Amino acid sequence: MAFEYAPAPESRDIVDIRPSYGLFVGGEFTGGRGEPFKSVNPANEETLAEIARADAADVDRAVAAARAAYDRVWGPMPGRERAKYLYRIARLVQERARELAVLESIDNGKPIRESRDVDVPLVAAHFFYHAGWADKLPYAGFGPDPRPVGVAGQVIPWNFPLLMLAWKIAPALACGNTVVLKPAETTPLTALAFAEICQQADLPPGVVNIVTGAGETGRALVEHDGVDKVAFTGSTEVGKLIARAAAGTRKRLTLELGGKAANVVFDDAPLDQAVEGVVNGIFFNQGHVCCAGSRLLVQESVADALLERLKARMATLRVGDPLDKNTDVGAINSAAQLDKIRMLSEAGEAEGAGRWSPPCELPQRGFWFAPTLFTGVAQSHRIAREEIFGPVLSVLTFRTPAEAVEKANNTPYGLSAGVWTEKGSRVLWMAERLRAGVVWANTFNKFDPASPFGGYKESGFGREGGRHGLEAYLNV
Amino acid sequence: MRGPRLGDAGVVATETRTSAGELRAFLHGLPGVDQVGADERAARLATRSIKTSAKAEAIDLAISMVDLTTLEGADTPGKVRALCAKGVRPDPADPGVPKVAAICVYPDLAGVAAEAVRGTGVGVASVATAFPSGRAPLEAKLADTRAAVAAGATEIDMVIDRGAFLAGDYLKVHEEIVATRQACGDAHLKVIFETGELATYDNVRRASWLAMRAGADFIKTSTGKVAPAATLPVTLVMLEAVRDFRDATGRQVGVKPAGGIRTTKDAIRYLVLVNETAGPDWLTPRWFRLGASSLLNDLLMQRRKLATGVYSGPDHFTKD
Amino acid sequence: MSERARLGVRKTYKLFIGGAFPRSESGRSYVVNDAKGRFLANASRASRKDVRDAVAAARKASGGWAARTPYNRGQILYRVAEMLEGRRAQFADELRAAGAGKNAAASEVDEAIDRWVWYAGWADKLGAVAGSANPVSGPFFNFSTPEPTGVVGIVAPDSPLLGLVSVVAPAIVSGNAAVVVASEPAPLPAVTLAEVLATSDLPGGVVNLLTGRRGELAPWLASHMDVDAIDLAGASPDAVRELEEAAAGNLKRVLRPSRQDWSAEPGTARMTAFLETKTVWHPVGV
Repeated sequence: MAFEYAPAPESRDIVDIRPSYGLFVGGEFTGGRGEPFKSVNPANEETLAEIARADAADVDRAVAAARAAYDRVWGPMPGRERAKYLYRIARLVQERARELAVLESIDNGKPIRESRDVDVPLVAAHFFYHAGWADKLPYAGFGPDPRPVGVAGQVIPWNFPLLMLAWKIAPALACGNTVVLKPAETTPLTALAFAEICQQADLPPGVVNIVTGAGETGRALVEHDGVDKVAFTGSTEVGKLIARAAAGTRKRLTLELGGKAANVVFDDAPLDQAVEGVVNGIFFNQGHVCCAGSRLLVQESVADALLERLKARMATLRVGDPLDKNTDVGAINSAAQLDKIRMLSEAGEAEGAGRWSPPCELPQRGFWFAPTLFTGVAQSHRIAREEIFGPVLSVLTFRTPAEAVEKANNTPYGLSAGVWTEKGSRVLWMAERLRAGVVWANTFNKFDPASPFGGYKESGFGREGGRHGLEAYLNV
Repeated sequence: MRGPRLGDAGVVATETRTSAGELRAFLHGLPGVDQVGADERAARLATRSIKTSAKAEAIDLAISMVDLTTLEGADTPGKVRALCAKGVRPDPADPGVPKVAAICVYPDLAGVAAEAVRGTGVGVASVATAFPSGRAPLEAKLADTRAAVAAGATEIDMVIDRGAFLAGDYLKVHEEIVATRQACGDAHLKVIFETGELATYDNVRRASWLAMRAGADFIKTSTGKVAPAATLPVTLVMLEAVRDFRDATGRQVGVKPAGGIRTTKDAIRYLVLVNETAGPDWLTPRWFRLGASSLLNDLLMQRRKLATGVYSGPDHFTKD
Repeated sequence: MSERARLGVRKTYKLFIGGAFPRSESGRSYVVNDAKGRFLANASRASRKDVRDAVAAARKASGGWAARTPYNRGQILYRVAEMLEGRRAQFADELRAAGAGKNAAASEVDEAIDRWVWYAGWADKLGAVAGSANPVSGPFFNFSTPEPTGVVGIVAPDSPLLGLVSVVAPAIVSGNAAVVVASEPAPLPAVTLAEVLATSDLPGGVVNLLTGRRGELAPWLASHMDVDAIDLAGASPDAVRELEEAAAGNLKRVLRPSRQDWSAEPGTARMTAFLETKTVWHPVGV
């Protein structure tokens, strides 16, 4: 019998989206001097709110507020007091968890299952984890009295809006820095909700400042003379521009950029879990994940068996309304991103790779792309080299472990990699040789505040999370 | 895949020609199961939200899949008859409620059950082969089976020799299943692994293939006498096995989780698991059963809640 | 007396690439004088093609060097110290020629030797100090381990021996390979150090040493897409911006120049600057 799941929408009533939002500077919401912009729901193209745009003068104001808070309040504050603010924030995030999850799904297009079970819990965990560091920094291995850097300018992407905010703000504040953060222009709403949380926590004004806007706002922030430290998560292309802009300055820089991760499946892999790992690796968050396992490298001797199972599994993915609790794959974040995914997928077809998607009805309005896999992909194809940042998997094969390593490493990126094999010594052999900052063995796309995350090569530098992640925000 | 390909299962020798070495090589050549990954998959499926019309359909389907069970030392003909009446007409106030799939009893009460359900379409399942431990000579196990079938059991729920399985004597387990299969005659054979004693999912997958190759019509998780009994991930592994076995051989085998399934929420989670693992072909009482006793009343209670919009209470349903 | 009786045999100062001592492919050299302006030697004046060859040699050597056991790398670095010790007088003479007083030259050589010894001991400890087992919230074993970045370009400071050793040793101890542009005014100790390295069981290509014009060589090193990191210790302040901009082309890890007292305890910063942290997850189950 067919078991059709009835719609199970999460209630939207829990969020109260205002018609317009300002910047958060010096503890207050203020207007922006730039032309306001709109944030839309990518699942139906409905306008959600009008957002203030910060111009250079607004950024200047925010940096000045951060500097004042750093000099007068946050810098001198004992670590144990900073810790308590961060614990407060963690608790407030937990208290407002469902609201934040719904808001994130509306603004970003990601399934509520993920915003509810992954993003928001990790946000709370990140603040909770770093809260504990605030008064223990002398034990972190960076000398007996590590000092903060000062004012951090932080620019984050649209794929995990609130989680990336947490990855940036939690360690910065724990180490005694103050921040000016710019969320992505397509997903500013949860950052502004976070600003309210800062108010509810009685965080001293100016410790956290949120400036909204597009690339120009971000540029004004990272190039601002008053910024001591720049942290950026986004594309490698923009990362390089920022690195150039920081050249010759005293600014400290960490970059978390693109990737083209290989997910390597050996013939002795736990096949069903490997299929899950491959699916989770590329279709989690519509593939809008810098560490997505976008290249499946499968040993030839098991390729057919794996692909058959993978296709069957892809056919069970439920694509649609992000607020439906049973949705597995939500909406593409923006029209521009959808165009890019389409363009690269067409390039894959033109280059001769075999394109396949399960039967899948996509909504009429909004930005949608069916889960897609390409077989017969060669290393030279664009879909094997360029970051697609969408639900598109390129399948390549290999014969020997050495060939797997060679193909996996044959990319300018080096953010993450996956290995699937039941043989322990092979796991470690592969893990040693894969040039990537995170290696998931017999699992994929796992994140934890205690686990350092970041790339090799052109995937950027610096780590976020764990003891290692503190270094970026300490003057060491 | 290590060792023999799954596809070879279709062409391996008939049961009697299976050798210990070949069997071992085959079972140990199956792809491994990563415990954490399997647990994670089952847990994620458990977050499916089944509402309104889908829930109503799922509840009726679940009721029709119940093997309504009593397996107590204190069981009496009276108790069994009462249970049979419940299984045939679960909610006396509502004839629209489907009947259960079978009544599951000890062999000596199979005759009583058969009498009580005659003509209703409800099956009689009898445990056998020295249930629940399986610690008896093969002859005793076969006699147990034959007696149940003779008394009218349409389904036999046998237990495997977990000691032999854990000692690596797969051939012994295999041969006992083959012999029991023969003793069943026309009755369907369900093979109980007692997955709580097999300890690993690798073992569950091996036991599944072993039983299917030996001729099982159904594979079943547990006796209900050992904790943990049925779990979602164990059932997931078994559903993957029946799916792969059908792909390899063309023969469909059913799955029955048993023990510990008490609530409607539990039951619906199993149905979701079936739907998204083995697929809709298994979503019928012919291929999927829920071994349970108290579950039925919770299903009835939730059913009435959906129909009336009012929460019900246990005293409004019969306890048998 | 013997000086009068016998004409000394002078050394030809060449480059050090892939374990060999070639002249610059350009055929060029430049005059190196002592502190008083007297001719000392013609040093090779490396070209951009020498940079290219040195990077290729470093890349070729880096995998094998990184794959050595830490104990083995430590022994080889210690061997470098042993070889240096045997050439103390030669280095002291070269440092004096470069302008150091007698005592200062001797003590700089001693410090340079001791610095090799200090770094040699780090080889099999860095992983423990910079790595970690991370207590993640789930059924996973998660560990972070430092790995060498790969090929490191080094613009060496003008401290011709101690400064040089203080930038080369921390780069290679963890398994990186290096392409070093020596001090432009005082390149001779660097070439002699290369001779020490060549006789210390250090695999060819792990350290490659170029002499010549910094202003000419450093930009090629900074822009080279197969160089993973760059140490700008000896870059002139007005060249730093341009070099960093070039390094952004492939997102090199950049160690900016800073005021350094080369005789001070170095700390671990110069080692960790050229390390990548790799984090590995694995499920824990039965």
